[in-house]
Amino acid sequence: MNPGSNGEFYDYPVLPGGSSRGRLERVLRSGRFAVTAELNPPDSANPEDTFHQALVLSSVCDAINATDASGANCHMSSMGICALLTRAGYSPVLQISCRDRNRIAIQGDVLGAAAMGVHNVLCLTGDGVQTGDQPEAKPVFDLDSISLLGIIRGMRDDGVFHSGRKISSPPKLFLGAAANPFTPPYDWRPLRLAKKIEAGAQFVQTQYCYNISMLEHYMTVVRDLGLDKKCFILVGVGPLASARTANWMRNNVPGVHIPDSIIERLEGAKKQQAEGKKICVELIQQIREIPGISGVHVMAYRQEELVTEIISESRILKNRIIDKAAARFEAPEQ
Amino acid sequence: MYAVRRWATRNARSLEWLYKVSASAFEALDPLWCKIGVQRLEKPFAAAEAWAKGLLFDCQMCGRCVLSDTGMTCPANCPKSLRNGPCGGVRGNGHCEIDPGMRCVWLEAWEGAMRMRNGQAIYHPLPQQDHSIEGSSAWMRLVAESAALCIEEDKAMTDATEPPS
Repeated sequence: MNPGSNGEFYDYPVLPGGSSRGRLERVLRSGRFAVTAELNPPDSANPEDTFHQALVLSSVCDAINATDASGANCHMSSMGICALLTRAGYSPVLQISCRDRNRIAIQGDVLGAAAMGVHNVLCLTGDGVQTGDQPEAKPVFDLDSISLLGIIRGMRDDGVFHSGRKISSPPKLFLGAAANPFTPPYDWRPLRLAKKIEAGAQFVQTQYCYNISMLEHYMTVVRDLGLDKKCFILVGVGPLASARTANWMRNNVPGVHIPDSIIERLEGAKKQQAEGKKICVELIQQIREIPGISGVHVMAYRQEELVTEIISESRILKNRIIDKAAARFEAPEQ
Repeated sequence: MYAVRRWATRNARSLEWLYKVSASAFEALDPLWCKIGVQRLEKPFAAAEAWAKGLLFDCQMCGRCVLSDTGMTCPANCPKSLRNGPCGGVRGNGHCEIDPGMRCVWLEAWEGAMRMRNGQAIYHPLPQQDHSIEGSSAWMRLVAESAALCIEEDKAMTDATEPPS
């Protein structure tokens, strides 16, 4: 290892056919079922709060998502979280939302992130400012997720900014996007995934899945179009703390679909939080069986301490051991 | 006008035809526009375009018309300014995440595209919006671009035919 020269210090070399030095891309390309999880961004300037959140997730995750003011609520920035996580040797996914920054700011951030050792970027359009705690803010939306993917792919593959100006050392990134199979227009959702892949998406993380039959229907079309061969699909899951939370989520979080049957099951349970966790484990096991799916993305908002239990109970990692040290120094066995 | 805009999407197929015919007529008159001067025509054309397309499609004068790629539905009406929608926030009833009273612009766009003869353009990504041309005439831009292309082609022809010196 040669510290300081072009990022080699941080991780593995880029494998043939690969585009990043990161762990997530390696795990996915080696055909293993990957796990990513969302870090609850702190409302604090204390780095220990971020490190604590990461430590809770790190033993079961191939990469940790640093959210970018999700739901248009202000928290520590995704760049800030990534700076801390890379410094501590974790492998983050930098989420970039088009709501708050224009193309000039975003391209600068992409270079900065890659220089810090970020290997994965998730391109999002972002929720409208109206859904957040500061609805009077000016929404930017200079780009959308698909044009953002195109710009970052150009930076990586052609080594140029959007303007055509040359980048002397292009960022080596694994590019991701979001997908939501659970909201209209259902029939065209797979075609939109195809557009994202055409624009440069190499992996997608979906919105929360609480309806397996909807996901199966979506995946049938995705497989017919051959999209699962061109892109790694990680399905979003998360434990519901109670029937009340579930109701609140489906009414207030854009794009979340929770069927009545799930809410009834929670209402009927003695311990709602335990039942929520059980539902999540069952969903993960069912998702694991659907062909074409490469992993799960756990979003356990304010229940991060449950992620380790959920993943070990669902047995999706089999005998694979993940820890902070492995994420940094050891290449996964081939 | 929301009602007229919805009507336009429902009639995407006929409007596609109308749009195509007017575009080719407009292009046929290219020499005339060039003679009068593209610069001189910009203002009156922008006004006419804003009026006609504003009435039919709630056109926002983005300066680069993509109606024929988006089911004859103007994507500039999307509150998130998506050029490649719909986003993941569409409500269960197909309405907009931000404006619950409005049906998702991109749902309309995909439906319109399915009615069109050449609606397949919606399957491919559109480039991001160029904000420096907002408010200008998209029609005039087409003329200017095809004129520039003509000049380039002419030049290439002359270059090719000229004996090397």
